[in-house]
Amino acid sequence: MMTNYGNRITQGQFSFLPDLTDAQILAQLKYALDRGWAVNIEYTDDPHPRNTYWDMYGLPMFDLRDPAGILREINGCRSAFPNSYIRVTAFDSTRGWETPRMSFIVNRPRHEPGFRLVREEAAGRRIRYTIAPYATDKPEGERY
Amino acid sequence: MNAAFDPPDGVPPGTQADLRAAYETSQVGAVLDGLERDLVGLAPVKTRIREIAALLLVDKLRAGVGLATSAPTLHMCFTGNPGTGKTTVAVRMAEILARLGYLRGGHLVVATRDDLVGQYIGHTAPKTREVLRRAMGGVLFIDEAYYLYRPENERDYGQEAIEILLQAMENERHDLVVILAGYKDRMDRFFQSNPGMASRIAHHIDFPDYTEEELFAIGERMLGAMQYRFAPAAVPAFREYIARRIRQPRCANARSIRNALDRARLRHANRLFASGQANLSVEALMTIEAEDIRASRLFDPGDGAAAASASPSIPDGTPELDVPLFNTRGLFRAPA
Repeated sequence: MMTNYGNRITQGQFSFLPDLTDAQILAQLKYALDRGWAVNIEYTDDPHPRNTYWDMYGLPMFDLRDPAGILREINGCRSAFPNSYIRVTAFDSTRGWETPRMSFIVNRPRHEPGFRLVREEAAGRRIRYTIAPYATDKPEGERY
Repeated sequence: MNAAFDPPDGVPPGTQADLRAAYETSQVGAVLDGLERDLVGLAPVKTRIREIAALLLVDKLRAGVGLATSAPTLHMCFTGNPGTGKTTVAVRMAEILARLGYLRGGHLVVATRDDLVGQYIGHTAPKTREVLRRAMGGVLFIDEAYYLYRPENERDYGQEAIEILLQAMENERHDLVVILAGYKDRMDRFFQSNPGMASRIAHHIDFPDYTEEELFAIGERMLGAMQYRFAPAAVPAFREYIARRIRQPRCANARSIRNALDRARLRHANRLFASGQANLSVEALMTIEAEDIRASRLFDPGDGAAAASASPSIPDGTPELDVPLFNTRGLFRAPA
């Protein structure tokens, strides 16, 4: 986290860049829709990198042709969870892929305190290292 | 130019806009010519489409020189009898608006009551929103829109769908064009009970019934598309058929013509079978003879006329109902 100014979490695409504008988000979503990927919106307040199960906002959006409808949903999610991480995932159902092909963050909390380094003393004076978000000390819904 | 004219702030004086260049780069001309070429009749519809195209083009020019523009509301209502080309024009409209840069996608999402109205409380809103989301950037075509509103059942969920639609038509009008379609009298009643809907629709376009001449032209085009042709003697027979059919009740305009042609193809195929010839020329496979058309019940002097005058509810005997008997497409395909 030392190379990352402001403790911004870096997950998915574009996370080292400044936040995407709505026009840039639309262009990325258009790319996904043109390839027939289903887009869905997820949010969480536990940004640990191993937490892959974010909460879904609404259902995955199948059969869309135009990204404007997705941006509308993103804005709905932003107003419902203004202080959470929100990411957009594009799922490719083609046989052989069957996996998210794109994933990027579209909303962040105002203040991101970052991660603490946790040292655990194991058998034989071995030290095991892990990280824990400062925010998760508080209960769900009260973080950030 | 008027010397006393002073352009508003932000527009440099003496700015010129090139209408011709804008017209040529937008390729509207090609689209409008295609419309003129592919659709028979429908003069009021074509005029309105031309007007909309001109407005959008001039708006683009105004934006180019820095004048204020506001995206016009392009929600439309198509009214007309069955078979007057409402769906065909809706498909065309999506394409035209996309070419003019008003819509990004140019796709058409067709929805009926089933797609919009849910079956239990809380089911309607997500369903309607999903259809709206799919239609974003294109045209949402709601066929038989008056079925959305069922006044006889006050707990009907159609009203909820209408309210969501209205909201979307107002807030997302930059991304979405809604076209409602249906029969004129029922549509009028629908608007009477939903004044909000009527006021949000700027363009009410009435599709007139086709004349005999136009129906004949449509029939010829349909045959051409199916790679058939009329024998010289079949032309007057078909004209006579149209003149008789148009006077029958439940004439569904172009759809009746298509069904009549489908039945003529049926008789044509049957005649070829009955002839028992081993080798058929391409010409024989393509040509509809007068007898294929004159075999219709409409030409039966006793039965057809009597049926038409005696019982108007059954137009011209069961074989002549406007329902294709079965789809022969693919069974008998004309050689390319």
